[in-house]
Amino acid sequence: MKVRFFYSEDCPSHDEALERLRKVMGEEGIRDEIEVVRVDSSEDAEKLKFIGSPTLLINGRDIDPPTNPYYALTCRAYRLEDGRISPLPSETMIRKAIRKAAAEGS
Amino acid sequence: MANLKIGDKAISFKLPGVDDKVHSLDEYAGKNGLAVIFSCNHCPYVRAWEDRMVQIQADYAGKGIQLVAINANDDTKYPDDSFPKMKERSREKKFNYPYLRDETQEVARAYGAERTPEVFLFDKGLTLHYHGAIDDNYDNPSAVKEHYLRGALDAMLSGKPLSTSETKPVGCTVKWK
Repeated sequence: MKVRFFYSEDCPSHDEALERLRKVMGEEGIRDEIEVVRVDSSEDAEKLKFIGSPTLLINGRDIDPPTNPYYALTCRAYRLEDGRISPLPSETMIRKAIRKAAAEGS
Repeated sequence: MANLKIGDKAISFKLPGVDDKVHSLDEYAGKNGLAVIFSCNHCPYVRAWEDRMVQIQADYAGKGIQLVAINANDDTKYPDDSFPKMKERSREKKFNYPYLRDETQEVARAYGAERTPEVFLFDKGLTLHYHGAIDDNYDNPSAVKEHYLRGALDAMLSGKPLSTSETKPVGCTVKWK
């Protein structure tokens, strides 16, 4: 499984998001390495099609695909299962994306 | 790093609000406390905390406490932070406090604000009493252990010393022009 983690230093939730990703991957038995990419400028954000920190791609697919992507060096808002907005993706969101990718790959 | 230190006086401002009125620091003199919160529309940390801000204003309005949110972000790079979008957000979330636009970013620079949200809580004499985050958990309101702003308000209102007068503001960086 190809797992990529994009983040900006400006958004303090990235450490916790990476930790959460590692935890869920461990629980799902995924031992692949995570490619961690730091995005430092608006130019990089455009080039990498970065829609905000943190962004997690599993096999090239965003764990929460945006409907109207806007590339910018910004922090990302996730809408959680209970409707709240959070700067962190939920474990459920990550787990669903991992399971979907695993099912497609098998 | 904030330009104001605990014990410093509030820096005056005169800014347009989403209610199309101009709001200044002077109008809050005489209140028991004023929380100036640098905020914005687009930042997920603000969005995670804004219901709590509304609740704090509701809970403390009767005690003479006023919250004021100020958005200084560059809206050319972050169009969600434009004044019309601020008006929309205020209506949508039913903000019960003034939401002001600092277009020139002079007020944010004067205060030395770095993040959104970032709280500067002043007492009745407009002296800085607390600076920092609203609480210790942006992700989950039910998992908050330290209610920094509420604690500061309670201590200030009861005249007790504050155990935590400064915390690290957690959020997006202010988007400078």
